[in-house]
Amino acid sequence: MVHPKAMKSDITYKDINEDILNVITKTGSGYYIVLACTSVLTVLLYFLPWAYQIHVGQGVTGLNVPDLWGVYLVNFVFWVGIAHAGTLISAMLYITNTPWRRAIARSAETLTFFGLILASMYVFIHMGRPWKFYWTIPYPNQRMIWLNFQSPLMFDVFAISTYFVSSSVFLYFGMIPDLASLRHRVTGWRRRLYTFLSLGWRGTDRQWYVQGRACMYFASFIIPLVVSVHSIVAWDFALSIVPGYHKTIFAPYFVTGALFSGFAGVTLMMSVVRWFFPVIRKYITELHYDRIGIFLLVLSLVWSYLTVMEVITGLYTNTSQEMESLKYKLLTSPYSYLFALMIFSNSIVPLLFIFRKIRKTVNIMVVMSVFILIGMWLERYLIIPNALSRKFLPYMWHDYSPSWVEISITAGTFFFLISMFMVFLKVFPIISLFEVKEDSIPMKGGGGH
Amino acid sequence: MPGIIDRLSKRLKAYRTPGYYKKYDYHWTMVVDLDKCNGCAACVVACHAENNLPTVGKDECGKSRAFNWIRIERYVEGEYPDVKVKFIPIMCQHCDKARCELGCPVYATYHNQDGLNVQVYNRCVGTYTCATYCPYDVRRFNWFTYKWDEPLDQQLNPDVSVREMGVMEKCTFCIQRIRVAKDKAKDEEREIKDGDVQPACVQSCPTGAMVFGDLNDPNSSVSKLAKSRRTYRLLEKYNTEPSVIYLKRVMDGSSKGHEERHHV
Repeated sequence: MVHPKAMKSDITYKDINEDILNVITKTGSGYYIVLACTSVLTVLLYFLPWAYQIHVGQGVTGLNVPDLWGVYLVNFVFWVGIAHAGTLISAMLYITNTPWRRAIARSAETLTFFGLILASMYVFIHMGRPWKFYWTIPYPNQRMIWLNFQSPLMFDVFAISTYFVSSSVFLYFGMIPDLASLRHRVTGWRRRLYTFLSLGWRGTDRQWYVQGRACMYFASFIIPLVVSVHSIVAWDFALSIVPGYHKTIFAPYFVTGALFSGFAGVTLMMSVVRWFFPVIRKYITELHYDRIGIFLLVLSLVWSYLTVMEVITGLYTNTSQEMESLKYKLLTSPYSYLFALMIFSNSIVPLLFIFRKIRKTVNIMVVMSVFILIGMWLERYLIIPNALSRKFLPYMWHDYSPSWVEISITAGTFFFLISMFMVFLKVFPIISLFEVKEDSIPMKGGGGH
Repeated sequence: MPGIIDRLSKRLKAYRTPGYYKKYDYHWTMVVDLDKCNGCAACVVACHAENNLPTVGKDECGKSRAFNWIRIERYVEGEYPDVKVKFIPIMCQHCDKARCELGCPVYATYHNQDGLNVQVYNRCVGTYTCATYCPYDVRRFNWFTYKWDEPLDQQLNPDVSVREMGVMEKCTFCIQRIRVAKDKAKDEEREIKDGDVQPACVQSCPTGAMVFGDLNDPNSSVSKLAKSRRTYRLLEKYNTEPSVIYLKRVMDGSSKGHEERHHV
């Protein structure tokens, strides 16, 4: 099968260097204004409310006795989900050697990196005593206190830290040749940074071989890891006996949902980069949108099937608790209309991806991925606090609604992401130079890997 | 190597076998006779006084954050002239197979050798998992650093710690009293006798609806009551094996008490 070429083939090496380097070195005033705005908003909406919450206590949230897992955990699962697609796209396409991977791989991996940072931040925001977070790490201590390895939260600590380490190493390994070629073109602290980070890369055959092998090993390691990490996140819920949580379907359901929201996140991320830096449009083309649209269509169908199955699993248990939980989720809860919105944005809107024309229209793709992201956030919201609102004893039934602190921190996350991403954009190349170069002229003899 | 695995699996199996705790001295159990309970909530007040529970005030109570280790659940049945109100006091059930113990990542909650489900406040990091997993919703979280109103701060029990903001807590079966009774019994070189130790709620119950004792002792009053035909445990089918035994209320003319609904 002949892969259609992802980019226009008249781009030269020089153009690539210029284009991508200019993103790093040429900074207009607009950039600083946007960065200043997002940083200020991050502090105001994210860090100050969090500081207030730590100072006063978790009571400033809307959490309450049956509803002890609220919006913070929803956001945690959401961002872990977003983090899942990035590295998976990159690793999967790396192994299959798909040419259109090259322009989007770096931005997808970056999304994983930041998604995991944001997700782990939510663990700390969620904790009652975040200053004791190190107690969840197995370190030798004189009092011989060990951790509870039966606890699914313990699995989480290991799964997410493993995933974070391996995906950032994968991101870094893929960046070494770029950092090496950048170090000669910049001055000052950047030069020292790139020289240090490029680990003495000289571009010998041996080095290309080792780098390619390393990326290949990590790619093959990460693909199963992605599945296991989000399954473990699902077990946080499935291993309890709470009606609405206690379902064996949760692991595949969560993994599918994670990939679904993650692919939508990558689409959005690519579009933001294209919008900010028009020159990137040469490298991230409609072909990429077309391919991701196919992925999104398939994932939407699988997700819809699993959603139906999740409801049916609940019906099938036929206990009064499970039925009450389902009734609450679908009908009686003050948020039951959100279920319809979720189905609309996750099952009905993505059906438009059937049409190639829509897949190739960037603006429509952006709108649709925003819909999917909202729908996937709602999915987690409808599972996590909603199920807890109707536990076993009717006396304790309680409706949950987030407080302003929770809403503000949730909104602040997006500005936090944008700020971090904008800084990243100016320090590291958002498009893989060497891989795009491989793409711009026909490869001879297989190349480095 | 196979020898080690055999040994380990035997040991793990022993921990998981019901009755494991019988080889220890005590299996603390409470029997609540719902036929005697009139819902006066003396147990709730006694628990507040004994265990240094904060009084959270009107606003927090309005958000249903009332801070009780034991609560009287009220269920009203029927339309106006024919109304039936039923009470059931619910405290930590000290399950032998406790879900909360599975969830805690740092072992802040664990099972001790007396069959008690123990909470270590100092170890708690506040992940809420225990309370989320708990089917009885009996765990309470310290949302703020609570302050006691004027004379109440003078009556804090010195045997019980005052908990800090951000930790989970729950009924302990008044473990401080059990400790004292054990010490005393040890000094006198004997076992704890039936009636030596009473949690605050049991002590204060005016109708004697609550009885506390050691289920391992066949002659204790709880063992005798546990043989009643009215016994059930809350949400029994979820296999949590609670240490609190309820005696079903005998309703005149109706065999469908709400207690029965629960345990179905």
